[in-house]
Formats: sequence, structure tokens, C-alpha cells
Amino acid sequence: MISEKGLLRLTVLFAVLCWLSLVVADLFLLFAEISEANAGITKEIPQLLLSLYIIFVYFFFKIRIQKAESINFIDLLWHVFSTGLIVSLIQLAVSLFFYLLSDSKLMQNPLMVNFFYHINLGAVIIFLVSTFIVWKRLILYQKNKRLLVIWQIFEYSILASLLYSFFQSGSQQWLFNGLLGLFILYGLVLAFNVKWIAYLNFKQKWRSILLLALVILYLYYFINNLFGFSTEFNLVMDLLDNVFILSIAGFIFIYALISILVILFNLPTSSVFEQKIGEVLNFQRLSQSIQKGDSENQVYEVLLESSTNAVFSTSAWLEIYENDEPNEILKSNISDLKITQVRKSIQDSGIYSYLNKQKSSNFKKELNLNKLTTSLNDPDYGSVLVMPLIIQERQIGLLVVLKDVSDGFNTEMVNIISSFVNQACISIENFELLTEALKNERYREELKIASRVQKSLLPPSLISDKEFEMHAFYESADEVGGDYYDFFKTAEHKTAVIIGDVSGKGTSASFNMSQMKGVFHSLVQFDLDSKTFFTRANHALSHCLEKTSFITAAYYIINSQEKSISFSRAGHCPGLFYSNKDKKAEYFQNKGMGLAIVRNDSFEDFIDISQIHYSSGDILFLYTDGIIEAQNENQEEFGYDRLRHYLEQNNAKSTKEIQAGLIKYLYEFIGTENLEDDYTALIIRFL
Amino acid sequence: MINITTQIEGEYHIVSVVGDVDASSSIHLDEALTELAKDDLVKFILVDGTQLNYISSAGLGVFMSYIDDFKTKNIKMVIYGLSQKVLNVFQILGLDQLMTIVADKKEAKEKLHEIQS
Repeated sequence: MISEKGLLRLTVLFAVLCWLSLVVADLFLLFAEISEANAGITKEIPQLLLSLYIIFVYFFFKIRIQKAESINFIDLLWHVFSTGLIVSLIQLAVSLFFYLLSDSKLMQNPLMVNFFYHINLGAVIIFLVSTFIVWKRLILYQKNKRLLVIWQIFEYSILASLLYSFFQSGSQQWLFNGLLGLFILYGLVLAFNVKWIAYLNFKQKWRSILLLALVILYLYYFINNLFGFSTEFNLVMDLLDNVFILSIAGFIFIYALISILVILFNLPTSSVFEQKIGEVLNFQRLSQSIQKGDSENQVYEVLLESSTNAVFSTSAWLEIYENDEPNEILKSNISDLKITQVRKSIQDSGIYSYLNKQKSSNFKKELNLNKLTTSLNDPDYGSVLVMPLIIQERQIGLLVVLKDVSDGFNTEMVNIISSFVNQACISIENFELLTEALKNERYREELKIASRVQKSLLPPSLISDKEFEMHAFYESADEVGGDYYDFFKTAEHKTAVIIGDVSGKGTSASFNMSQMKGVFHSLVQFDLDSKTFFTRANHALSHCLEKTSFITAAYYIINSQEKSISFSRAGHCPGLFYSNKDKKAEYFQNKGMGLAIVRNDSFEDFIDISQIHYSSGDILFLYTDGIIEAQNENQEEFGYDRLRHYLEQNNAKSTKEIQAGLIKYLYEFIGTENLEDDYTALIIRFL
Repeated sequence: MINITTQIEGEYHIVSVVGDVDASSSIHLDEALTELAKDDLVKFILVDGTQLNYISSAGLGVFMSYIDDFKTKNIKMVIYGLSQKVLNVFQILGLDQLMTIVADKKEAKEKLHEIQS
């Protein structure tokens, strides 16, 4: 395809060629007529060339003017004006030439006259066609389908009228007049599409009137000029015989005239239109200001400015509330002293008491806007409008707008201010939500760190020893949990293992869990028996934990020399022991008491110490209550029996497989992977 | 889901705990017991656990924290009607050794007078 630029150049080239051919053909015809010789060409040839010239000019402007995407009406009119100016200068130059040489013989020569007429003709056609295209853009501004169809019929019929010239003869004068009348009427109907005028501001309207008036002037001058030629000289080709040219000229004149009239009538109300457009733009500013990363204060400033402009207020102020108290005041053309005075007058008017009543019902009821405006008994101000800023039943501010006349606020003004205030509230609410979301995001990050730190408090999950292999599994319901397990080799042949569960869940539990870790590592160094360990731990924790918190734990000392386990239980779920010899798993039956429940010396009375011997293939299974209390959808607990049977049936597997299998079994049982509680399992198999 | 109601039956204050006492709902249990601990007229508290379905460590912590309070104020408390499952939770923690837990209301009332005498 040829580019747009190429197309433009091509149309120019063809238009120029057509024009030159037209000049040559016409002059040739004239010369033949004068010398009474047979020209060898018919009269239709120049008509064809003229039509072609018009069509190429038409396409040139159609491409050029429609290319400009952004519509600037003044620019379009300016384009028409400048084209007209150039065409006028050409015509003036031709007239001057005629004037200077009016006495010379040259001017008597019809060939010469016709040549100059053709220059005029070319120029006028350019003006008419380009103006026609500009008018088209103006008319089709904010087009709808119907208008488009009506216009297209008009445009194509006018173009089709170019064909009329080929059938030209004197007897068809009525057809010529009829067509012309039809087009003029049609144009008159179309000429009332002047929506673009509404979008002009006051200054632009005056300029448009001037430019349009100049267009009419040009048109008059051009037509007059053509008419002059037509009557004064014998022309081989008279444009005034062309229905196309006359229709277009008529249409241009009608549209220019109607536009001028409409603009004139619009002038007094144009300030209202500008006002409305300003309001729309302010709305946009209010809704966009937050997105641009401005602070809330900028929204308040825009609100105050928009409101004062929208209702032509004398003064205004905006109180910004923090915790229900005015915290900051944005002022517009008013002093602090005056604000205090006006407040008193507003107090007297009862608006404040109305607002307070609304406030006590948390602004659940729709505000009665009529009650927010009143006349004032004040030397400077006649009326006031008070509008609260409300976000989610909470007042964040108060806008007070003042006018020097009484009854200065009509319903329209109250509504527009109300809309501004609502829009500002929405913007501020969005801003608050965004800030909150960012804050939450930061908390989540902090929790992630806490979770990582807590996981690092637990030892690695798999430990191998000469005597046993151990595998641990830990999963918390929240980011951080309260389950705890640990171990420590107190001697070559002795390993202390602890498992614990802190009461409660989440963050508070995890803090206490880290205290337990501290207690474990402090006491384990002393190589205490399990009962003494718990007595001392209870003593320490009684001073550390808050009143309602406690810790359950079980402490096991594995002695590989004696192949024995001695253990105590401090309120923790009883350990499960699988005996390879009996092929049976059983829970320990020792009594115990949670840590920090009895916070005095009597604690040790509640703690037992037990001992068993193990042999190869035996399994010690330690866990927290999250596993036992896991519920399925029927509120049924996983329970002790399922756990025991599972261990009996899977004793031959590796500790890791036992753990993985149990977790799978557990998740299948509860039917979801959403944990209600923390799960910890510690599996020790003796080798 | 929890529903805690306190009724006065003669000299007894009967606290019925219905539903699950977990980390969040244990606050309501705490409120109910605080109310009673503040009241000088309260001498005997019966906790009706017949419809207590589940109690978490946080819930146990609430009971635990009032043991000393009630002792100093000379308030007697007996829990009755716990299901085997819930009772087991009390037992594992060792709370059954610190609190009086009995089978039913009749036994609970007898127990209260026994403690008193």
C-alpha cells in the first residue's frame, strides 16, 4: 500500500496535472472557436478534467484534514481562514494585474482572460473543497449512526452532482435549480449539528465568530469575483454553471452563518458550560489525586478549591478531624478569628446540633442535604453550607462554605458540593485501605521472619546415633507455633530428649516455647534425673509464664550402656512404646502435672519417675496432642487407638517412613491439609 | 462455638459450659469465672461440663488460673459431668489432682459439703 504521505503527493500531482490539462484544453477550445476551426475535442473533455481536478482536491483534503486525530476546533477554523487568505491573495493579485493592464490590448485577448479565470477557478475550488471537509468534521463531531448516514447521503449526492455537468443544456435549467435547491435545503438541515460549539470556552467562541465571519466574507468576495468574470467576459468554462460548486458554496455559507448565530446565542451561557466542564475536571482530579501518590492533604486541598470554585463562594474552610476532634483547618479567604465568629453563628442556626444528632447514630441515616444550608446572621456572610466528610460511619472532616448573599446555595450547588465531598471521601478511604494493606504486608513479612527464627530453634529433624535413629516432624498451624522438641547428649552413653507443648497458640505460645528451650539447655547440663529436671524447670517457669499459661512436657533419658529409658511426664501426652518382642505398642501409665500449673514446692509430689529397658527393634514414639485431637468432619478425634494400631502395623519401616506414613494417614483422616493445631512427632528406634 | 450461662440454685452458682472451649472462646469462660470471683456472695461453684465437647490447653489454663484465686477467697469449685474424652484431657495435664471432678450434679453437691467440713 502507498503511505499516506505518498497518497497526498500523488493527489497533488494529479490535481495539478488535471488543472494544467484543463487550462490547455479550454484554451485550445477557445482558440479553435476564435479561429473557427475544428478543435478535435468535444466540450465534455474539459468538464471531465474539471471534475477530476475537484475529485483530486477533495481526496487531498479528505486525507489531510481527517488525519489530524485530535480535534481542535479553533485550529480547524484557522485552517479554513488561512486557506481563504491565500486564495484571496491570489485573486487580489489577478485583479491587480487586470487593473494595471486594463488599458492594454492584452486584456482584450480572451485567451488571456480565460487563463487568469482558470487560476481563480483552481484557487476557489481549493477553498471550497477544503472548507467543506472541515465542516464535515465539525458536523460529525459526536456523531451517531443516523447522522453519519444522513451526512454520507449528502456528501455522495453532492459528489455525484459533478456528473450533471456532462448533460448540461439550456432546457434543463429547472433541473439545475431544483438540484441546487435540494442540496441547499439538505445542507440547512445538516447545519444544525453544531455540538462542537458547546465545547468552546468564552474566548474561543469570540475567535470562532471572527473566523467564521471571515469565511463568509471570503465566500462573498470569491463568488462576486467569479460573477464579475462571468458577466464581463466571455468564458469558455463558467464555474457558476456548475451545480456542485454552487451547492458547496451555499452549504458553506449556511453552516458558517448558523454557527455564528448559535455561538452568539451561546455566549451568555458559556460560563455555565465552562463551570460544568470545570466540575467534571475537578471530579477527575479528586479521584485521581490519590493514585498519583499524593497525600491525603492534597485531596483536601483539591476538595476545598473545587468546592469554592463550583459555587462561587466568598470564603470556605475545611476542618480535618483526627479521633473525632478537629486537628487541622484548611482555609480559603478567611481568618482564624472570623472562623470562630462564624462558628458561633452556625451554632445558633442549629446545623451543628443536627450533625451531632446524626453523629450519635453513626451517620446511619442519609443526611438531609436541605438541613445543611442556612442563612447567617453575620456582617460578612449571608449564607452557609456545612457538609461533613464521612467514611464508614466515621466523620473525618467538615467542610464549611460561605457566601456573602443570603440563600446563596441552591439545590444544584448543595448537590455538587455533596458529590465533591463524597468523591474526596472515596479517595481518602482508598488511600487508607492502601496504607493498611501495606502495613499488613509488613506484618506478614515480620511473621515470616518469626517463623524462620522459630524453626531454627528446633534441632535438625534426623539424628543418627550408634544406639538409635531418631526422626522428627514439626508442622505448625500458624506461622509460629508452641510445640517443642529437643535433645542433648549429656554423656557418651546418655541422651536427654524432651518434647513439649505450650498452652495456647500462635505468637504467645511461640515466645513461651523459646523460654522452654532456654530452661532445657540450662538444666540439661547438670545431668539431672527427669524428676529433678522438671521440679527445677517448674520453679523457673513459674516465674516466667503468665498466670493462665503452662507448658506440658515429657523428659526421657536414654542410657545406651544400661539399655534403659528413665522418664517423667509433666502433663504431656503419655509416650507410646512399641516392644518388638511382644509385637505390641502401649502408652506409658505414669502420672504427672503440667509445668507452671502448681507454682510452689508441692509440684514434685505430682511427678513420677519411671524406667524401662529396651531392646533392638523397639520404638519410642513421642508426639503432641495436635495428633490425638485432630478431628475429621464428623467431629471424631484421631485418638490414641488409631495411633497405637498404626505403630504396631508399621513398626518394621524406617523412622522416616513411619513419620511420613503417619502424616499421610492423618491428613486422609481429617480430610484437609488445613491444620487446626501444631503437630509434632518424634520417633526413636533402637538399633 | 461456646455458650456459657451462670445460674443460681440456692447456695450454688452453676456455670454450664456448652460447646468447644478453644483459644478464642476461652475468653468467655474467663469472663464468667472472673464475675464469680469478684462476687463476695459466691461460696459454691458447680461447673456443668455435660455439654462440654472439647477443651483446649488455653481453656485448661483458665481453670488452672482460678485454682489459687478461689482458694484464697474460700470459694469451692467442683466440675461434673465431663465426657471421658474431656476428662482424659484434664487427667493427662494433672488438673484432676488439683481440682475436684465428679460424675454428676448430685455427687458434686455432696462433694462440696465434704470439702467444707
